[in-house]
Amino acid sequence: MNTRLLPFYATLLICVLLYTACVIQFPNMLSTRVIGNLLTDNAFLGIVAVGMTFVIISGGIDLSVGSVIAFTGVLIAVLVSHHGMHPLAAFAIALVFAMVFGAAMGAIIHYLNVPAFIVTLAGMFLARGLCFVLTTQSIPINHPFYTTLQGLYWRMPGGGRLTFIGGLMLAVFAAGIIIAHFTKFGSYVYAIGGNRTSAELMGVPVARTTIGIYALSGFLAGLAGIVFSLYTSAGYSLSAVGVELDTIAAVVIGGTLLTGGVGYVAGSFFGVIIQGIIQTYIVFDGTLSSWWTKIVVGILLFAFIALQRVLVFVSERRISGRTIARSTG
Amino acid sequence: MTGNAPAESDAAQGSLQSDVLLSVENIHKSFLGFKALDGVDFDIRAGEIHALLGENGAGKSTLIKVLTGVHQPDSGVIRFEGREISVRDTLQAQHLGIGTVYQEVNLLPNLSVAENLFIGRQPKRFGFVDRREMERRARALLAQYGMDIDVSADLARYSVAMQQLIAIARAVDLSGRVLILDEPTASLDSHETEMLFTVMRQLKARGLGLVFITHFLDQVYAVSDRVTILRNGSLAGTALTRDLSKIDLVSKMLGRTLAEVTHTTHRTAPPASAPRISFRDYGLARSIAPFDLDIAEGEVVGVAGLLGSGRTETARLLFGIDVPDNGKASIDGREIRIRSPREAVAAGFGLCPEDRKTDGIVGDLSVRENIALALQARRGWLRRLSSREQSDLADRFVKALDIRTSDIEKPVKFLSGGNQQKVILARWLATSPRFLILDEPTRGIDVGAHAEIIRLINRLCDDGMALLVISSEIEEIVAYSSRVRVLRDRVHTAELTGSDINPATIMRTIAADTGKGAPPKVEQ
Repeated sequence: MNTRLLPFYATLLICVLLYTACVIQFPNMLSTRVIGNLLTDNAFLGIVAVGMTFVIISGGIDLSVGSVIAFTGVLIAVLVSHHGMHPLAAFAIALVFAMVFGAAMGAIIHYLNVPAFIVTLAGMFLARGLCFVLTTQSIPINHPFYTTLQGLYWRMPGGGRLTFIGGLMLAVFAAGIIIAHFTKFGSYVYAIGGNRTSAELMGVPVARTTIGIYALSGFLAGLAGIVFSLYTSAGYSLSAVGVELDTIAAVVIGGTLLTGGVGYVAGSFFGVIIQGIIQTYIVFDGTLSSWWTKIVVGILLFAFIALQRVLVFVSERRISGRTIARSTG
Repeated sequence: MTGNAPAESDAAQGSLQSDVLLSVENIHKSFLGFKALDGVDFDIRAGEIHALLGENGAGKSTLIKVLTGVHQPDSGVIRFEGREISVRDTLQAQHLGIGTVYQEVNLLPNLSVAENLFIGRQPKRFGFVDRREMERRARALLAQYGMDIDVSADLARYSVAMQQLIAIARAVDLSGRVLILDEPTASLDSHETEMLFTVMRQLKARGLGLVFITHFLDQVYAVSDRVTILRNGSLAGTALTRDLSKIDLVSKMLGRTLAEVTHTTHRTAPPASAPRISFRDYGLARSIAPFDLDIAEGEVVGVAGLLGSGRTETARLLFGIDVPDNGKASIDGREIRIRSPREAVAAGFGLCPEDRKTDGIVGDLSVRENIALALQARRGWLRRLSSREQSDLADRFVKALDIRTSDIEKPVKFLSGGNQQKVILARWLATSPRFLILDEPTRGIDVGAHAEIIRLINRLCDDGMALLVISSEIEEIVAYSSRVRVLRDRVHTAELTGSDINPATIMRTIAADTGKGAPPKVEQ
């Protein structure tokens, strides 16, 4: 079996076990309503996680996504509530901005050869700071178009609602999987994450791909910002603080190697859902502090990083073992 | 053209196809005043395997980089099928039809075999990559090379040899006119090498021009049609392989002919005492074939061989940097285990490595600190040498070895090469080793210091130390060795004693022209 898929299967297994355990304790959790809420509540996190998966597979990191979510939210709120712009126009402006912002970071990372960590850290401060330039207050969005979008849903069997934003997240994941495995861009992302120099020697357009990766991550952070503003009906400068770290956690729990080259978009989906299930459990329990989510996520992260190291170690041992066996035999 | 060898080979062409695919004429390339290529001519014909040889720094890799567009030549002409071209970058070289496969396979271990073969040019269907079609093509491509493997599996799952063949399949599929193989056999075993040669011969039959860089002389004769030898950035000769004897090949590589080599007398009468250090059946797969080695007190064993023949590998193994996968070591008849340099030092071994700049001296530390380093390490950090003791030690060795420094507190990096070498020597002598290994002790130092180091080696030996000295300077080995070990293609092929220790015999043994000296161990 392909050892690279093992972390993904482990995530899937944990997700199923966790949900089963929750259902055993709270049988009410076994309903499409809970599942619908799980998708809706984590829609913005899932959308950013798709972009982050590409970034991490390429061997990079994007710390700016939380701030970009907040900034697009505030930008849309200001444009719609203060300037009376139609939300669709505001969405377009926000998405273009977020994408250009990401592309610029990608260009700096590639052409100036600066670590992604530093560049996106600067991007994080920059975007967060820009929020406060626009406004320091929480701006509510009251627009009929918003109400329409928020009211859209598909009733699942069992009474659960797949909302617009929940469905959007699923669509983004589907698109992400297709991009990762069935486009040249996707193969370039894996190639750069595997070994940048080799990729360059093999004719991979490293510059174009790097810029594309961060533009994609920026675009999806912008989309997540829109979803977040639909979810909260407001734009606020201090929202989505630390979301970049939740996203990285979801991606790593989903089986993507932080060193790059290996990972699955689908894994990140389950990484997000695992975090969602823990939160739902806490809500059902009613006595636990919501910080328990962080504690469990922390433990899971340790476990997954350890699992990946073990798998890498085992596969290296297997290869060198084979080599020795052949050369003496 | 430089030399008359190319003209000869042109005349001798006859049966070989003589259409030149790629050629360079009078290529010059300097880096910061250092002449890496000095008027080199080289050409590759369709349907030939052309071996490119030379010691380190001879200019092989610079020539390859000029051919593949990594470097631009300072002057000279590059022609492809008679047309003058300038190769701007590797991608253009690829489009022209010049493919390169490096020793460290430059593929992506985390992608599947099929993706590695077709990245950037994957077949598409409805705008998306058609993985099934890609894998079908990959299987068809590899089938041409007799490989039937799971192309959807990660490249990392296959052996280096397989990856090498996959890299070749990719390069030929992409370029398909000239294939440059840069030391492809360096990490392959004999069976894998044979597999590679079969593929190389197939490609030759298909009319490709192949450039084969290697350090293994036997492989040159096994597979190549022509040989070009570079030395110090200039052309030392081009000839048909079948017209070039091994001894001529070796003398061209080393830059001297047998006639030039003056007879120097070797050290007299090896001491008759029982071996102090002995290694039995010592070896490591893929590094050096198992060998036996005994060194007695006061004896100097010289190690001769071309670059890549396993000289440094032998030193690494003896000093515990590499752990042997079989064999025994003993001192004074007592068996010891050496699994790390630390254990080697504890057993009384010392090693002055080949590259003193990276492996030996600590440039920013003073002469005193550099000398005290090994002794301190041996005593452990708790029992610190006081700076008084260190100064006494340093003073003693500066005097004994005549290290020219204004002050023992001077950082070592400000000393000349020869004096730096003596500092390293002093470091190991301070630990009073029983067995000292010197890897190229005279490399990169001036003539005067050179003679001094040799005198020093002779003196150490008189003091009863067991010494193993590795050197590419044959006269030097003759001057101090009581026995000479000759290495070829990672095998200890012969041991010369007595009157056989002369430059001519050593060179013949390296080239394996005569059967002088019984091989101590035959490769399994």
